[in-house]
Amino acid sequence: MVTVIHPNLDDTEAKMNARDVSVFYGDKMAIDNVSIEIPTKYVTAFIGPSGCGKSTFLRTLNRMNDTIPSARVDGEILLDGEDIYRSKMDVVQLRARVGMVFQKPNPFPKSIYENIAYGPRIHGLAEGKQELDAIVETSLQRAGLWNEVKDRLEDSGTALSGGQQQRLCIARAIAVDPEVILMDEPCSALDPIATAKIEELIDELNGRYAIVIVTHSMQQAARVSQRTAFFHLGKMVEYGRTSDIFTNPLEERTKDYITGRYG
Amino acid sequence: MAALPSYHGWYVALWIVVPMVLFIALWSVVGPHLVSQHVLASPAAADLPAFGFKRESMLAEARAVAMGTAPGVFNAEARALIEPYREAIGRYQAIGIVVTLILGFLGGVWAFLRIKPDFAARTRVERTIMVILLLASLVAILTTLGIFASLVFETIRFFGMVNPIDFLFGTHWGPDPMSSADNPDPSRYGAIPLFWGTIYIGAIIAMIVAIPLGLMSAIYLTQYARPSVRAWVKPALEILAGVPTVVYGYFAALTVAPAIRDLALAAGMSNPSSESALAAGLVMGVMIIPFVSSMADDSIAAVPQAMRDGSLAMGATTSETIRRVLVPAALPGIVAGVMLAISRAIGETMIVVMAASTAANLSANPLEAMTTVTVQIVAMLTGEGSFDHPATLSAFALGFVLFLVTLGLNFIALRVVKRFREAYE
Repeated sequence: MVTVIHPNLDDTEAKMNARDVSVFYGDKMAIDNVSIEIPTKYVTAFIGPSGCGKSTFLRTLNRMNDTIPSARVDGEILLDGEDIYRSKMDVVQLRARVGMVFQKPNPFPKSIYENIAYGPRIHGLAEGKQELDAIVETSLQRAGLWNEVKDRLEDSGTALSGGQQQRLCIARAIAVDPEVILMDEPCSALDPIATAKIEELIDELNGRYAIVIVTHSMQQAARVSQRTAFFHLGKMVEYGRTSDIFTNPLEERTKDYITGRYG
Repeated sequence: MAALPSYHGWYVALWIVVPMVLFIALWSVVGPHLVSQHVLASPAAADLPAFGFKRESMLAEARAVAMGTAPGVFNAEARALIEPYREAIGRYQAIGIVVTLILGFLGGVWAFLRIKPDFAARTRVERTIMVILLLASLVAILTTLGIFASLVFETIRFFGMVNPIDFLFGTHWGPDPMSSADNPDPSRYGAIPLFWGTIYIGAIIAMIVAIPLGLMSAIYLTQYARPSVRAWVKPALEILAGVPTVVYGYFAALTVAPAIRDLALAAGMSNPSSESALAAGLVMGVMIIPFVSSMADDSIAAVPQAMRDGSLAMGATTSETIRRVLVPAALPGIVAGVMLAISRAIGETMIVVMAASTAANLSANPLEAMTTVTVQIVAMLTGEGSFDHPATLSAFALGFVLFLVTLGLNFIALRVVKRFREAYE
């Protein structure tokens, strides 16, 4: 079965381009021949029932699947026209350009300041303390956390509330000035108020970074994204503008899922 | 029915066995006293010396012959005592057996009469089993307390002869077991060289070997090794922990120490010692590696995968992730492992007995011969002094200090590990 792509997608510049991507865990196929363009200036949402492969596909976009020994990726994924799976690609550089925020907030057991400074330090982005201070401040401001933590930058990052921790992780990803931010169900461990703050933040970051978000909540996909891809059983079933996918799905399975008939 | 029939059976069985076991335990303590009282009251005992060593040895000899564990008596006078002993032992044994059987029977009858369909035999059996298990675990704790008490007792005796200040802060160690016991020379009981030797060998040289090697092998095993390699290397390391320390002692004394001596000679040292702190410390360090690596392994593996993913997703390499995230996060556990290893190393005896010397030198040169607290404990207890000589008693004071230090280290280490666990669960 071929992916249904809505015809009325306007011409936007593609940041990433996946072509015929399949992912295997050992002999088991987790992703079956997915092709998708990730636009530069939009938020793209991946939706679908549990186990449909949306998180797996997200993790191929910055090669986080490399950490699983049995995982294998076929096809090509281009970032600004360069294949990220070609052997010369430096994974360290790739992950600096394609950042990631995880399902459960995972700040390092270090101070708030050190959490943000971690990326700039390992990539040598700041010369001297002042530049580093500036990066930390900008990142925290962009993540909407600066006013809450500016007086206690030396406190441990793990002492913050869940929602603050997740914004800290977003700030940490922003600190290395990535081009793409991948978010793997970033609100699934948060309460509704913290979730609203993260969604607000995604809106603000939209346009500055290409954002891909995996979510279980269809309302969330509808609220924050401009493009939506529906995954089912390892295949990408349908891709189009978010408004079209939710109001006028072309595929029966998409319709069933978004109307809550299963999943 | 309030319980399965088998529980009623167990209930009766426990009522038969437990009183019998308790009485046998009691009788084996009380019985010998009753026997000797009986013998002393017999007319043959009238000829015994009133007190002293000879009286004791005659009684012991007669008793051994009566019980059949010795072929004959050494002192002819003891011969008269054999018969009273034989008679008394026979009588009290018979009393013991009869009373045991009666108790078992009475217990059984009592329990059997209580059995009724609505009798809660199951809860009673469960409670009894709980008490038995509790007693089993109390044995270890009571033994520790007993060890502590006996050490304290002898240590106080020693400190009655040698001032604790002289002992703890004196810098010259050389007790003479042949000197007069009544008037010991306190300047020969300065334990600082022993403490220094122990710390130098066990906590410095051994740890310089064990900490980096143990930590690196833990990092390799948790982060780099493929499962097939890990499945092979980890048990191999654990086998290292099971090698008897006396075997390490051979290795240190016969292989490492001469090699170090040859190296020192080749480097131009004149007349280096054949027993060096370095040899003992190196081998002890190797012995300790599995302790450090298995504790470090556990605490690195306990750092959540999310932490590792977070760092890798920032573009950190594996080694940056280990250095900057995993090891700092696992540090409390690693530190606790190191402290347990130190307490193990400073209490270690066989390696140092075989490879270190008995000369108490206060020196920072690792090629010098040095001695440790444990070596001196062995030397003093197996020495030629009588048991109440301060030189012999000093072994208890040394043991007491060692006991307190290792107890303290273990206590702190366990506290640290506990807090570390709480942080991640």
